[in-house]
Amino acid sequence: MNPLDPARSFQGLILALQRYWAEWGCVILQPYDMEVGAGTFHPATTLRALGPRPWNAAYVQPSRRPKDGRYGENPNRLQHYYQFQVILKPSPPDIQDLYLNSLVAIGIDPKIHDIRFVEDDWESPTLGAWGLGWECWCDGMEVSQFTYFQQVAGFECAPVSGELTYGLERLAMYVQGVDRVFDLNFNGRDDDKKVTYGDVFLQAEQEYSRHNFEFADTAMLFEQFKMAEAACRRYLDLGWSADRKRHLMALPAYDQCIKASHIFNLLDARGVISVTERQSYILRVRELAKACGEAWLATEGGGATC
Amino acid sequence: MPDLLLELLSEEIPARMQAQAAEDLRRLVTQRMAEAGLSHEGARVFVTPRRLTLSVHGIPARQPDRREERKGPKVDAPAPAIAGFLRAAGLRSIAEAKVRPDKKGDFYVAVIEKKGRPAIEVIAEILRDVVRGFPWPKSMRWGDGTLSWVRPLHSILATFGPETEEPEIVSFAVDGIAAGNETRGHRFMAPAAFTVRRFDDYVAKLDAAKVMLDPARRAQTILADARNLAFAQGCELVEDAWLLSEVTGLVEWPVVLMGCFDPAFLSIPNEVIRATIRNNQKCFVLRDPETGKLVNKFVVVANEEASDGGRAIIAGNERVIRARLADAKFFYESDLKLRLEDRLPRFEHIIFHERLGTQAERVARIVALAGRIAPLVGADPAKTERAARLCKADLLTEVVGEFPELQGLMGRYYAEAQGEDASVARAIEDHYKPRGPEDPVPREPVSVAVALADKIDTLVGFWIAGETPTGSKDPYALRRAALGVIRLILENALPISLRAVAEWHAEHAMRVKGPETARALDGLMAFFEDRLAVQLREQKARHDLVDSVLSNASLVAGHQLLLIVRRVEALGRFLDGDDGKNLLAGFKRATSIIRIEERKDKRAYAGEPDAALYRLPEERALAAAIDAAKHEASAAVASDDFAGAMRAMAKLRPEVDAFFDKVTVNVDDARLRENRLKLLNQIREATRVVADFSRIEG
Repeated sequence: MNPLDPARSFQGLILALQRYWAEWGCVILQPYDMEVGAGTFHPATTLRALGPRPWNAAYVQPSRRPKDGRYGENPNRLQHYYQFQVILKPSPPDIQDLYLNSLVAIGIDPKIHDIRFVEDDWESPTLGAWGLGWECWCDGMEVSQFTYFQQVAGFECAPVSGELTYGLERLAMYVQGVDRVFDLNFNGRDDDKKVTYGDVFLQAEQEYSRHNFEFADTAMLFEQFKMAEAACRRYLDLGWSADRKRHLMALPAYDQCIKASHIFNLLDARGVISVTERQSYILRVRELAKACGEAWLATEGGGATC
Repeated sequence: MPDLLLELLSEEIPARMQAQAAEDLRRLVTQRMAEAGLSHEGARVFVTPRRLTLSVHGIPARQPDRREERKGPKVDAPAPAIAGFLRAAGLRSIAEAKVRPDKKGDFYVAVIEKKGRPAIEVIAEILRDVVRGFPWPKSMRWGDGTLSWVRPLHSILATFGPETEEPEIVSFAVDGIAAGNETRGHRFMAPAAFTVRRFDDYVAKLDAAKVMLDPARRAQTILADARNLAFAQGCELVEDAWLLSEVTGLVEWPVVLMGCFDPAFLSIPNEVIRATIRNNQKCFVLRDPETGKLVNKFVVVANEEASDGGRAIIAGNERVIRARLADAKFFYESDLKLRLEDRLPRFEHIIFHERLGTQAERVARIVALAGRIAPLVGADPAKTERAARLCKADLLTEVVGEFPELQGLMGRYYAEAQGEDASVARAIEDHYKPRGPEDPVPREPVSVAVALADKIDTLVGFWIAGETPTGSKDPYALRRAALGVIRLILENALPISLRAVAEWHAEHAMRVKGPETARALDGLMAFFEDRLAVQLREQKARHDLVDSVLSNASLVAGHQLLLIVRRVEALGRFLDGDDGKNLLAGFKRATSIIRIEERKDKRAYAGEPDAALYRLPEERALAAAIDAAKHEASAAVASDDFAGAMRAMAKLRPEVDAFFDKVTVNVDDARLRENRLKLLNQIREATRVVADFSRIEG
């Protein structure tokens, strides 16, 4: 038995997807080294989706959703999980086939499984982004999100990027036939070297749930939010060239925007943000994201030519 | 005559947009063809998740020649006007224009002869424009193209030609996609491209390539197969029109399969199971035909004939449904652990509307109003207030959080489980009703009281907050709430003054008062009158009768809805009879005379006539009859006897007829004339006791 069989091991699934997209021509990146709520936040997606330059990348991104923690007691819900993210810009005409073939590469054969594209419009109010696409269903289970980005950071995307997001734990549970995420076989071994997802992450789920819901220091977080927001603004201001045609610090500024977004999620999980405040926090992060997008468009990566 | 076949093949079109898109395609293409002078014998349109197909048959091969006349300026018009006309009409010199006389003089007219073009050329332009400007409710761009379509458009098939010949490709391109004669079959079962000539071979080839083009046929297939599968298992399909249309729009080749789940989940309320399986998984549920209760089976509609006979698909769906039901069961059971009233404090932190306070304040208002209404509808006040207090509590439960459409129903289940009185539990479910024009109206007094209180609180609140519906915008569904109130009152025959109830609510529950509040309530009552008029019109009542009654007994003035409707009915019956028709004719004659004379004399003929000036017996008889009728009708109206009031009016008829027979109104004697006009005016005044006859047509 091959321990790296994507149907038998979590890491085998990741490796198979990486290999598939690498063979197609994507650069395989590593996770962004910051806490983000979804793979979309990685600058390799958010910022690279803006501007005229082609870009094809794939990467695993740990996603933090403080509110979704369940102390490790729920079979499906996690406050930290992995997304596999692919961004193809411009979206190639055969992108649906590419996606379907990637499912074949991880052992899902569309000849015996019912794959469906079910309407799902995507919107990220914090990123000022939206797109149209589908949830991809495999035998009634949502296994991926498929989005054609129309706008990011408030800017029209031209060309349009196609974004594929695979929920890795769900997919792995499906191909491994497991009902509880912590029972996933992580390394594909059946001997004494077998490691499960629970071995790796159960303790973390318990500890972070405790932290996110009960103990995260809210006074400090409020302060950190303000600091990140101020830092983002400051780096944006300082990064502009005198003629405001080029920007030299879009990426560091965007890091602070990501930070503010994650701190907001933590505060939200702590239940200290009221419904009306919530809206205004989302708006504040969006303003940062928009300003970062604008700065990015004035960089070389964003296609600025002068 | 040639036929047109058009297919637009794209990535998956959202199911909910498909039917409208098909209709739009048919309408837009045939409309534009008609404008271009191209008739057709028939047009059919089909839609699948991936394709929109239009087949138009019996189109002439050429446009007819057309002659257009364009009117220009007068012959003596200044030179710039004439030059402009030549440019616009495409004439080289004014000698090419014709001169035509008109009432105002001689004009230039350009006669433009347009040679008909080959239909295929015209159609190519039409198709290009229709594809470019297609009215998708939401559309997108992709790749580096500029076309906006619902999802990426992959190919266009367009052929045109008579049945007996090889059709031609309609030559056009949109954003680099050139029309051709090729399409593809099912995404998984027959993905290869093939060529097509016309509709007949297109449908047959698609069928062979595992695409059932006609959505009606797919729906029939799904329904028939699902029923058969259910029947074979001794159960019955729970049919669901929304779900059927949704799954029909998700598959090109429906394959119906059955799966099952752990019977232990049947301890969850049936509605929760159904909502879970239907909303989240788009699967049908089945029931036991004997008991009507759900069984532990479901039907899934797959999009392909799987090589393993569907085993993997069934197993996959069963796993997902198991997980979903496990969640639902967990939600339901944890909901049962907390009593409804213990959830209420959370409402203090939830804003209902920024100008109408928290949900807790809203519930307190509904409780107060329901208590006030209870005695008016014969409901037990304590039970009514209890039901009102708990009616929104299920909004805070997990199950309703997951399935908002189960609000009310879950409240009833939880109320029953915690031992509430049956009428309280029922009212919690029913207070949302009626949810629409077809939804039945609650009959039980406690339910009626809470249902009215909930809706009236919403309406009064939003009117006072100034958030009233405008045009097509009605985000708080206030029209539906108003119609609900109207139906609750009418169908339960409740003698309630809406104005009085609304005023009480504003003053005692919302604590607002004064001229601004009164104006808001005037607006609300006028809104109710509009809704009532719409409602009665739908029941085929004559709108002029509704107007005539409302202008004399309005909701704004505090009249009872029920009595207004009875008055309209009595008036309708009266006017159907000869007495009514004749009285109306007399009334119209009287008012038309008065109106003419009043206009001529620039004065009104109001006021009492002078009995001393009556010269003819018919005048005296009419005056006496009017007095009697007015008196009798007023008394009848005062005791809500509208038929009696109409009968009293009817008695006027012989005297009115006799008056018009024998009495000349416009006599030379000015005093006599004035007095007679005043007497005629008394007919108008007398009928006003019942309704404003001047608003009645005919």
